[in-house]
Amino acid sequence: MKKQAIIIYLFVVALLLASCRKDVELLLSEVTSTDPGASAAGRYAGLYLLNEGNMGSNKATLDFYDFVTGNYHRNIYAERNPSVPKELGDVGNDLQRYGSRLYAVINASNKIEVMDARTTKSIGRIEIPNCRHITFQEGYAYVTSYAGPIEIDPEYKQKGYVAKIDTATLKVLDTCIVGYQPDGIAVSNGNIYVANSGGYRGAGKSTNYERTVSVISIATFREITQIDVDLNLHRIKTDSRGDLWVSSRSDYRDSPSRLYFIDHRKQAVTDTIDLPVSNFAITGDSLYLIGMGELAQRADYFSIVNTATREVVNSGFITDGTDKGLETPYGITVHPETRDIYITDAGDYINPGYLYRFNREGKKIWSVQTGDIPAHFVFLPKNINMSPL
Amino acid sequence: MNSLKLILFCVAAVILPGIAHAARPAASLQPVAGGMDLADSLYLPEVVVSAKVQREIIPAQTLSGNELKGLNSFSVADAIRYFSGVQIKDYGGIGGLKTVDIRSMGSNHMGVFYDGIQLGNAQNGQIDLGKYSLDNLESVTLYNGQKSEILQSARDFGSSGSIYLRTRYPRFESDKDYNLRGILRSGSFGLINPSLLWEQKLSTSLSATFNTEWVSANGKYAYRYRRIHPVTHEVVYDTTATRENGDVNALRLEGGLHGFVPSGNWKLKTYFYSSERGIPGAIVNNVWKRSQRQWDRNFFTQGSFLKSVSPRYDILINAKYAHDRMRYLNPDTTLMYIDNSFTQQEAYLSLVNKYALLSDWDISLAADWQWNGLQSDLDGFREPTRYTTLIAAATAVDFGRVRLQGSILGSWINESAAGDEQRRSAREQFSPALFLTYKPLDSHNLHIRAFYKQSFRMPTFNDLYYTDIGNVDLDPEESHQYNLGAAYDKSYWQGVIRHWEVKADAYLNRVTNKIIAVPKGNGMYRWMMTNLGQAEIKGVDLSASAISEVHKEWLLKLRMTYTHQQASDLTRRPNKELEKITYGGQIAYIPWHSGSLTAGLQHRLWQLNYSFIYVGERYRSSANTPENYEQPWYTSDLSLSRSFTNDRFNSKLTLEVNNLFSQDYEVVLNYPMPKRNYKLTLTVEI
Repeated sequence: MKKQAIIIYLFVVALLLASCRKDVELLLSEVTSTDPGASAAGRYAGLYLLNEGNMGSNKATLDFYDFVTGNYHRNIYAERNPSVPKELGDVGNDLQRYGSRLYAVINASNKIEVMDARTTKSIGRIEIPNCRHITFQEGYAYVTSYAGPIEIDPEYKQKGYVAKIDTATLKVLDTCIVGYQPDGIAVSNGNIYVANSGGYRGAGKSTNYERTVSVISIATFREITQIDVDLNLHRIKTDSRGDLWVSSRSDYRDSPSRLYFIDHRKQAVTDTIDLPVSNFAITGDSLYLIGMGELAQRADYFSIVNTATREVVNSGFITDGTDKGLETPYGITVHPETRDIYITDAGDYINPGYLYRFNREGKKIWSVQTGDIPAHFVFLPKNINMSPL
Repeated sequence: MNSLKLILFCVAAVILPGIAHAARPAASLQPVAGGMDLADSLYLPEVVVSAKVQREIIPAQTLSGNELKGLNSFSVADAIRYFSGVQIKDYGGIGGLKTVDIRSMGSNHMGVFYDGIQLGNAQNGQIDLGKYSLDNLESVTLYNGQKSEILQSARDFGSSGSIYLRTRYPRFESDKDYNLRGILRSGSFGLINPSLLWEQKLSTSLSATFNTEWVSANGKYAYRYRRIHPVTHEVVYDTTATRENGDVNALRLEGGLHGFVPSGNWKLKTYFYSSERGIPGAIVNNVWKRSQRQWDRNFFTQGSFLKSVSPRYDILINAKYAHDRMRYLNPDTTLMYIDNSFTQQEAYLSLVNKYALLSDWDISLAADWQWNGLQSDLDGFREPTRYTTLIAAATAVDFGRVRLQGSILGSWINESAAGDEQRRSAREQFSPALFLTYKPLDSHNLHIRAFYKQSFRMPTFNDLYYTDIGNVDLDPEESHQYNLGAAYDKSYWQGVIRHWEVKADAYLNRVTNKIIAVPKGNGMYRWMMTNLGQAEIKGVDLSASAISEVHKEWLLKLRMTYTHQQASDLTRRPNKELEKITYGGQIAYIPWHSGSLTAGLQHRLWQLNYSFIYVGERYRSSANTPENYEQPWYTSDLSLSRSFTNDRFNSKLTLEVNNLFSQDYEVVLNYPMPKRNYKLTLTVEI
């Protein structure tokens, strides 16, 4: 008789030993110390990194690397804005600074979070469904969105649009319809350039992908032309001469991903770099790119293109072998002064990633754990009134 | 408020052992096999003890009869939570997806059998147990390894773990040739749930049964997110909202014929289920409502025939045809508009022979043949067809104190897929299993048992062929299970305690070639299925139950389970720094500690049931970091019922309160669970 009583008691004790539920606490930031190196001396105070977080996980988080102290602060948004229900949101798709403000495009939360660039305290939000990328010009923000006109159509004919937002009031002033599922956006010489992807249409049927860059006149805010490029365009950036570099994702099957050059005067593709590109960053006349496909199979996975000569000048800018141990190179930026290279590894997309800092010779300085899918960078100037990069 | 709950819980936990000690319950529900069972049943007051001619080598966990009804469970998934070694992924609400993971091997390793024949889902391998009603079920039984019988189809040998759902078998009182039962449930979530059962005796050897059920619910419930600042302890936000788009409207129709032939029986069953439901989706910042919808239409018809051809030779024939259609709609035009339909078909035939070589030595040979096809209007979908041949040879030997059972299953799977290019693939797998039980003492019902089983799960059609994600080169995912355990039970013909039993098992599972999604290419946010995963699970399952006549006409039944699992993700990764974060981490959503307690008290026409579930702390991914930490949750459910009887009919009224302390919790990240909710059930039997 005693025996079963003891057993029963053990069950309950075991349940009790496993602890009871407490109030759910807000997550505070975590700090990792690194060697700040020489970058502390420059014009920049630090570097923001937006982690996307897998869709549905609501794990978009913001990290900050302090150039002065060398401290890496992981997940600062919730701590600075504790009263925002469900924190920063779901899928951080872009991060930019304009003036004294930081703009985080949170794709699956259908909003752009506007923060003070120094404190990351929330200033407001701009509601744009399925927003993708953001750029700025003369007091206005321009945001691409997949969410076209609302109409039920089994052939999915919804085009995307670019929204024009007054950065003073954070109100959407106008929208301009572009191609299907517009992604990257860049400004050059009075025009807005939008990389259309057609990503919702092309799965299963490559010919359905978009292949154009939409050109919008800033003056009229209407599309003036479309430039034919290649399937499934992704990122677009302006170089120091006002010309544009655009990457195609390809159809993931037969046609390869590539990098294209658009001459802003001719409004046409005039050159191509025959490298598959998943991401790139332009600093000075150097375009640093991350390749696509099997990392181990490509020696030119991390290459530098000279944007003036439009030639590959370095086909392996990571020189110490660190690249061989990466899983999913994802985000990239280059310090404008030191030319230190920052690259993220997004790993398996569902677990924390890693940030790698390399010096300009391509040797690793340090690496640090980030949030999930570390992706988008913004340098924070010491003098906040500096013009945006 | 919270501290009050804590105190209540802790007080309950301290008092309960005391009650148990005083009450000394005991007794026994012998597990009854899923398929046909001609067990002699002995009816004790509300306790069914079924004695099988040949006891199972590895006893199962079973919920049946009143115990099953007393669990406040709406679906099979709710009931299975009370088994040890099982974790449920519950996306919340009446219509929400609920899948089962047995001993952390992954939900695709679980076989679910409905009246003896497996429910298939070649498309994604998952059976949503939230869709299976308890309304018409007589028992739910869980087997680790496999059902340790040998007169069973080859598919019964095929899963790492199995759940057998057995529908009500028509039984008639001597002076009646029909039974009628109507049930009406209503309560929270806007639930309206009527059902009707009609059983008709057609002759002494033939009876028919018909059952229909309708579930309608708006699925709305309040949920709450509340966060406390860890330093100041102030509430930083506290938001209560209503869960939207969780509505469900489902109709189930089921008909069957049961017949007897000399030294044998047969049955036929046809099942139809049609539903429309909202997919409530994840609650994330700025998105509190979703609009995706899903329609399901499931149809199957199945039959089985069992006969003893001679005293030594038995045959069993099973056949099935299933046709399942699923449509998914995303009407939200701000997102990718999706309207896709998938149609699956399955044809299945099985023949089993069992021969008694000696009175204590049986052998069997089973051959199954199965065809699966999947069609879809999804762009670029390569419509696959799969032919599976399964041959299982098994033997059972009874040495008296030691009983042994061994089986080997051979699987030959051929596939082809239409589309861009014709693809064919052939796979061959062998799955051995060995079960052993030892009864060391004559005078005591102590059994020591052990098993080893190797099994595999095929990549699903989605894993292999889904547009852009599928990888046709996938290998099957394999599991290896080692189990050692003991069971003890004791019955008493009189006294306060009538029966008690305890079971304990320790196990080690290895999952290799685990199919996981990994990023495809780079920076592209696209996935591909691979065989890269590895996992190792060390666990202990404990359970105990007791039946006691506490006082004259006061019957108490207690049941407890406890599970400890250390489920390690041993997946190697290219980036060693990232590997350090996840390698060896506890697998997503597997708690180290979990358990349940149920207590049923019966007095004349009254019955009071209390059920408690505890799921300990766990992480939402193998990266066991603070941001992935999930707190324990535990819910208490209470139900009170009273029966009314007269000459013409029996009826029963039941009031349930679920999540009594209104705990706000999530089983799956961003899928909030309901707060306290109620249900009222009226049952009338004629």
